[in-house]
Amino acid sequence: MFGTGLLKGLGVTLKHAMDTFNDDREAVPDRYRGSLELGDNRRVIQQPIDQEGLLTIQYPEEKRLLPERFRYIPMLIWDSEKHEDRCTACGICAKVCPPQCIWIVRDSDENGKPVTRASEFYIDAAVCMSCSFCVEFCPFDAIKMNHDYELAVYDRYPQLVYDMEELTVPLEYYAALWPTQYDEEQTRRREEEEQKRRQAEEKARRVATKNAAAKEPTAAGPKRSAAELQKLARERAAQRKTQTADGDKSGDDAAAAKKARMEELKRKAQERARQRKLESGE
Amino acid sequence: MASLPPNFQQLKQEQLKPFLHDQIIVPDELQANVLITTVDKIYNWSRRSSMWPLLFGLACCAIEMIATAASRYDLARFGMEVMRPSPRQSDLMIVSGTVTKKMAPAIVRIYNQMAEPRYVLSMGACATGGGPFKEGYNVVSGIDKYIPVDVYVPGCPPMPEALIYGLLKMHEKVDRQSVTSVPWYRKDSSAFVPVPRLGPDIFDPRQVELIKDTTLKATTGASATAANGPAADAEGRARGPKTLSDKAKARMEEAKKRWRAKKGVPA
Amino acid sequence: MSQATAVAEPPVVDIRFEQELADAIVGAWAEDTQKAYMIAPDKILAVLRHLRDVEGYDFLSNLTCVDYKGYGGKLRNDVSERLEVVYRLYSTRIGGGPISLHVRVPQDETVPSATAVFPGANLQEREVYDLFGVKFDGHPNLRRILLWDGFNGHPMRKDWQEAYYEEDVKPFRSRHPKGEYAFHEDKLPWAKNTTYPTGWDPDSWQQPVAYVPVSQAPHHENEPHLDTESIVVNLGPHHPSTHGVFRMLTRVEGETILALEPEMGYLHRNHEKIGERNTWLMNMPFTDRLDYLNSMSNNWSYALAVEKLAGIEVPERAEYLRVIMAEFGRIVNHAWSIGFILNDLGALQTPALYAIEEREMILDLFEAVSGARLMCNYMRFGGVVRDLPAGWHEQATYLANDRLPRALDELDRLLTENEILKARGRGVGYLSVEDLISLSVSGPMIRAGGLAYDIRKAEPYGIYDRFDFDIPTLPNSDIYDRYYIRLLEARESVRILQQALRDIPEGEILGGKGGYTLRAPEGEVYSRLEAPKGELGFYLVSDGKTTPWRYHVRSPSYINLNALGPMSVGYKIADAIVILGAIDIVLGEVDR
Repeated sequence: MFGTGLLKGLGVTLKHAMDTFNDDREAVPDRYRGSLELGDNRRVIQQPIDQEGLLTIQYPEEKRLLPERFRYIPMLIWDSEKHEDRCTACGICAKVCPPQCIWIVRDSDENGKPVTRASEFYIDAAVCMSCSFCVEFCPFDAIKMNHDYELAVYDRYPQLVYDMEELTVPLEYYAALWPTQYDEEQTRRREEEEQKRRQAEEKARRVATKNAAAKEPTAAGPKRSAAELQKLARERAAQRKTQTADGDKSGDDAAAAKKARMEELKRKAQERARQRKLESGE
Repeated sequence: MASLPPNFQQLKQEQLKPFLHDQIIVPDELQANVLITTVDKIYNWSRRSSMWPLLFGLACCAIEMIATAASRYDLARFGMEVMRPSPRQSDLMIVSGTVTKKMAPAIVRIYNQMAEPRYVLSMGACATGGGPFKEGYNVVSGIDKYIPVDVYVPGCPPMPEALIYGLLKMHEKVDRQSVTSVPWYRKDSSAFVPVPRLGPDIFDPRQVELIKDTTLKATTGASATAANGPAADAEGRARGPKTLSDKAKARMEEAKKRWRAKKGVPA
Repeated sequence: MSQATAVAEPPVVDIRFEQELADAIVGAWAEDTQKAYMIAPDKILAVLRHLRDVEGYDFLSNLTCVDYKGYGGKLRNDVSERLEVVYRLYSTRIGGGPISLHVRVPQDETVPSATAVFPGANLQEREVYDLFGVKFDGHPNLRRILLWDGFNGHPMRKDWQEAYYEEDVKPFRSRHPKGEYAFHEDKLPWAKNTTYPTGWDPDSWQQPVAYVPVSQAPHHENEPHLDTESIVVNLGPHHPSTHGVFRMLTRVEGETILALEPEMGYLHRNHEKIGERNTWLMNMPFTDRLDYLNSMSNNWSYALAVEKLAGIEVPERAEYLRVIMAEFGRIVNHAWSIGFILNDLGALQTPALYAIEEREMILDLFEAVSGARLMCNYMRFGGVVRDLPAGWHEQATYLANDRLPRALDELDRLLTENEILKARGRGVGYLSVEDLISLSVSGPMIRAGGLAYDIRKAEPYGIYDRFDFDIPTLPNSDIYDRYYIRLLEARESVRILQQALRDIPEGEILGGKGGYTLRAPEGEVYSRLEAPKGELGFYLVSDGKTTPWRYHVRSPSYINLNALGPMSVGYKIADAIVILGAIDIVLGEVDR
């Protein structure tokens, strides 16, 4: 009969309408199952896969829970344990970047000798294609993908050319965004460090025994190598630490702003971690 | 008058209260302005709450734009569900995707056809600055080279939330405007942007003199090219300066200085 | 197998055209296929005709050109011609591998047009003319296609450089540690990506007028007393129903279409030129942006080609993951396309919104596994980049076993028996399947015409030979069937997904050496797969360096547009919109 197909189709739409309507009448609609109240009318939403239909996310108030691997624009990691940038200005990220949107300038010490630290690091967000190759191939875990997508601006230049200042985030922020990967990485890093230490010890012992076997330990040089060098390194690290601390204390606006930003990011990270915790049902 | 409730005057006063600011004593010379502030509020509220976008998709970002308008993100919450295919009826142009040289004249023409007040949102890396395809021979490195852009949304592609955030920024911008200072009620407000033309390469009519400077000088004498570097390469095509321009150098210096100041590193 | 070697004598293969047209073969070129020949330029038509009529190679899949100027490899030491046109033919009747023909373009840069034998060469030859400047003798409509008339030069030639040209290959030196912070814009006084020939005067410039064939369409005289005049109606490039920036020039009489000519290039973003500068790996995220509705298939197709060229093995689990992602992508694509075919038919929004619901659920899965909704960039040479996150498999299983079948049934109930859809769709846009094949159309379009040709069965790649699925076909080759075939294919995809998710083993996900530099051995390769829109192929030439020498995408959307004109003629202009919608094009892939 003519029209049965039409009626059938209209039945489908009617069913959808009724389902939504019925769900809306509930005190806590079924569609908010699995979502997380943050108070203030704000929510983080994760739609259960077995939820019928599709849930409207009322964006500025409600946000979607982003998966851990979500990628948008890269960020640089500030290692808050060692108080230094993880980036060593090796330039691999700039090399592998498909649209070539990364510029790095290596820093140099007072004698003009290049050091393994970036003095400038730019990412042109108007070119970046969010492919995450920089993250994949960074050997120092120094560059990661940020989840922050609220980046709209009124001017393209210079707002969308992110410099090092804008790109740097503390380690905690990263840990909050990428918990699983962060854990894996920390384990790996610790293992690597352990191995390095063991290798160094091994080498030192071998050198020592070799020296002892070869000839009299005349010079203090080779003997000093392992322990002494480590001590030196520690001293230098401490020096750097005080330097950075001094830099922070020096009290100019930029440093204060940086500190404020770090605090802000840390706060965000904590909030994020809390969200995740709540979400995982603890 | 009989149909009015007895306490009509009082009700009316109540309703008007938020608009009248009767608690605030307004100096005589500011009376007119205060009224305008209120008008601005209503005017801007109505404009931003029904900002109709142009149904205009260019590339990948258009898919995310459609996803934004679809049921999950539901642009109708912002009064934007009516995507108008006609530029005459729309207030906002979302440039969603790579702008190519072949398409640029059409975009500028569409922009010219939009009625004031009009806004442009550049969605995604490509529309903002050429994106990953920036180096391509048929790609315009940013729509702002031809038409003014109000909000830039980076990302490749920006996810729907990012687009909505950009739209909210646009609302903020609208909210800051005042009916007394906006240009579009003036006589000659809606200036036409010159439509770029397709030559051996796309060219902007505003830059004809500059282009002639390079292309024609190169034939007359080699000395003229000294300032700009070699003006033509082996194939006889005009090339820009190989060395950086002063502007570029200044920009670099400025950026470095900014960075040094922030870092506390002496120059 | 992947290693290309120039052999002095043709390999002994039982092909009859060797005997009949022995003088046509000027050499052999064994590449990734056993049947590759050098053909004399003046004999190419005879060979093509023989292959089509006698040996059953009825499908001209890929026609492209390579510029060997400055080629660094060893294989072409004694060759003086710089341009080479490459044809690749398949047989839809017997399936299996291709035969590939190479023609070295003589000094006058003219070769005979293949359109006389395969009308499907039309758009591809125009593209070669536009980008390489090779003229095709006898082509009915040799105009620029991706660029505009008047454009200076042929950009895919190796010696052509654009305004923002920096270096021949990436990575650019300026980016590396000591690099300067510089913008492309600063290189040119006018801060735009343009160059102009020396001595060019913009004031006196007149753009050449192109002769578009719709102007010669036949004039119909309906009745002697009624004097009707046909007019040209222009649709696009900014038009709500052209699925992006696409333009159709139509000559109509009343509402009936007399001729229709597609115009494209409004999204031509130089994928291939940039691809020849990128390293092999850098091209992977760029392939996402070809058919931006299902980036997974593009990734896979490119990875397949490079793996074939470099001989990289793919671990078992990665093969399964690839199948899962590609089939989810197919459902995403078909859902989207069904929604928008219906949109074009006037069922505004509702079917599209219903289809997008399921799409969003799948995109959530893509985002969880790869980090992005659209631009997944998930596959690598030798596998995939990351393993599944916790909980992904359960969600995907639920989706494949429970939710998607239900959703597809619902779409079926909503649409299939709808009388309006039948009235608008039945018999509209008819073109016989033989015509479609001669126009090089592939994918759901020919299956809706009754030919069960699917690369997953005809020339299996990956692990498709393990799965139990059918190739649905429908007999009528009209809009309605093109809508319905997509629903049926989505159901088959669900079947494959159920099996793949059930069988997926544990293990490695990435074979090969990894790393960001890859030096593919010298040679050339063409690899194809059944993308949701048709045959998606990548033609790659390597000279042994870190970047491809030639990087060509055989995109189904682009070549399927060959059929748009012939399919639309005789129908109403409102039908042309749906006919275009049912081809299911994505402009990122059409213009590249």
